[in-house]
Amino acid sequence: MISWLEMIGARALKIVNDLGRAGMFFFWSVVGIFRPPYKLSPIIKQIYVIGATSFTVIFFTGAFVGMVLGLQGYHTLKMYGAEGALGSAVSLSLIRELGPVLTALMVTGRVGSAICAEVGIMRISEQIDALECMAIDPYRFLISPKFVASVFSLPLLTAIFNLVGIAGGYLVGVHLLGANEGAYLATMKSAVMMEDIWMCFAKSICFAVLIVWICADRGYWVHLNADGYGAEGVSRATTHAVVISSVAILVFDYVITSLML
Amino acid sequence: MATCENCCIELVEIRKSFGAQEVLKGVNLPIRRGLTTVIVGESGQGKSVLLKHILGLVTPDSGQVLVEGQDVARLRGRALKELRTRFGVLFQGAALFDSMTVFDNIALPLRERTRMPAAKIKDKVYATLDLLDLRGSEDKFPAQLSGGMKKRVGLARALQLDPEIMLFDEPTTGLDPVRSREVYEMFHQTQQKLGYTSIIVSHDIPKIFNLADYIALLHNGVIQACATPEDMQRCQKPVVKAFIRRVMGEMYTSEIEAQEFARGI
Repeated sequence: MISWLEMIGARALKIVNDLGRAGMFFFWSVVGIFRPPYKLSPIIKQIYVIGATSFTVIFFTGAFVGMVLGLQGYHTLKMYGAEGALGSAVSLSLIRELGPVLTALMVTGRVGSAICAEVGIMRISEQIDALECMAIDPYRFLISPKFVASVFSLPLLTAIFNLVGIAGGYLVGVHLLGANEGAYLATMKSAVMMEDIWMCFAKSICFAVLIVWICADRGYWVHLNADGYGAEGVSRATTHAVVISSVAILVFDYVITSLML
Repeated sequence: MATCENCCIELVEIRKSFGAQEVLKGVNLPIRRGLTTVIVGESGQGKSVLLKHILGLVTPDSGQVLVEGQDVARLRGRALKELRTRFGVLFQGAALFDSMTVFDNIALPLRERTRMPAAKIKDKVYATLDLLDLRGSEDKFPAQLSGGMKKRVGLARALQLDPEIMLFDEPTTGLDPVRSREVYEMFHQTQQKLGYTSIIVSHDIPKIFNLADYIALLHNGVIQACATPEDMQRCQKPVVKAFIRRVMGEMYTSEIEAQEFARGI
């Protein structure tokens, strides 16, 4: 009984400890953005890594999600004789939900895992210790550019996802299934409000912060994990990071939607 | 407070536990300015932990790490940063940034910590490359270098900010005897030229005895002795005697004893 209670207590203490450390990690990473020397090149490099190299995967995901929405939406709406509303159905579901969420999930899988592994390997091979010994702030040098780049890149990737998705829905709905072209565009234009676009960008900025925060934090503190060190520890931390940030994206999606709707 | 004259670092009663295991149990160690102190001891005795205390990467549970009279554990922010600029560190695995070239690795402290113009940085890095016989390797990545070269690049990087104190963590681990000797020669030459205080954690006995001004034996969480290599070999303390006998062999101690006998000591 006592050992059972001890186990719960130890687990609770660990969670509180981890959350506190993650909070400080976020704080120092944000402080690092405003600390000199200010350099643009690391941010541009990270925009390339996080944003530009994700373009292809976002393009194809967006296209096929839009196409499948067009396909499903057309047949469902047709049952009620409302296939003219296909444009609004596709664009609203993409802009409000699927665009920001699926872009963030794809970026988590592609970039979040890479961030966690990169920072984790730097930790276990003493590269982060070396930075500290050279009096170089590891947060400013390693993590802050990733935050800035992610906050820039994710809304842009989301916009691309939405655009390509809407075009995909149009292609399938109008050209393959024969929905009315004018109705598709007109219902889209009348249904999508500026608030929907704001919600989309608010979500993608929030997800951008979450992805880098969770993935970089798991890598940065990999040496403190009791369940593994070395390569195995990094691989485990990477898996945890992707799982935790994917769940966090879905949780925060609900929270932001409920606040902004 | 520091009691040792001519010491730039003094460890006073350092205690440190990790979980239930007490690794350091009251370590006292003076490090003399401009000289080489080698910390020896068996694996797992906490030698690297001791180095991390000096750098402020690990905080002691009790005791003081005095660097030029300042307690490292109490320093925060800018003061700690300024103190660390006095140190140069060569890590066990060299800790080179594997996504950067040799040139960028060596130039990093200058780019990040100084306002030196790019042309001057280039000159300084090339001068260090020449000093350590690394010319021609500046565009290579760490993965393309041999173990000995990695150590040299690590030393080159550590020397960029003209440190007063150099810390070497197991500098010859994983190197063959020829490369080990090269690394030691490199330490010796750079120290002669630059005059830094050096602290070396090493297993490489008896080779390291030639390089050391002082040898400190860490055993059972305390410094059992800190003396010149000659005094260390003469030390009658059973722990020290047993260690010297174990690592240097019966013959070596017998030889000294024979010499002492011949001199009538």
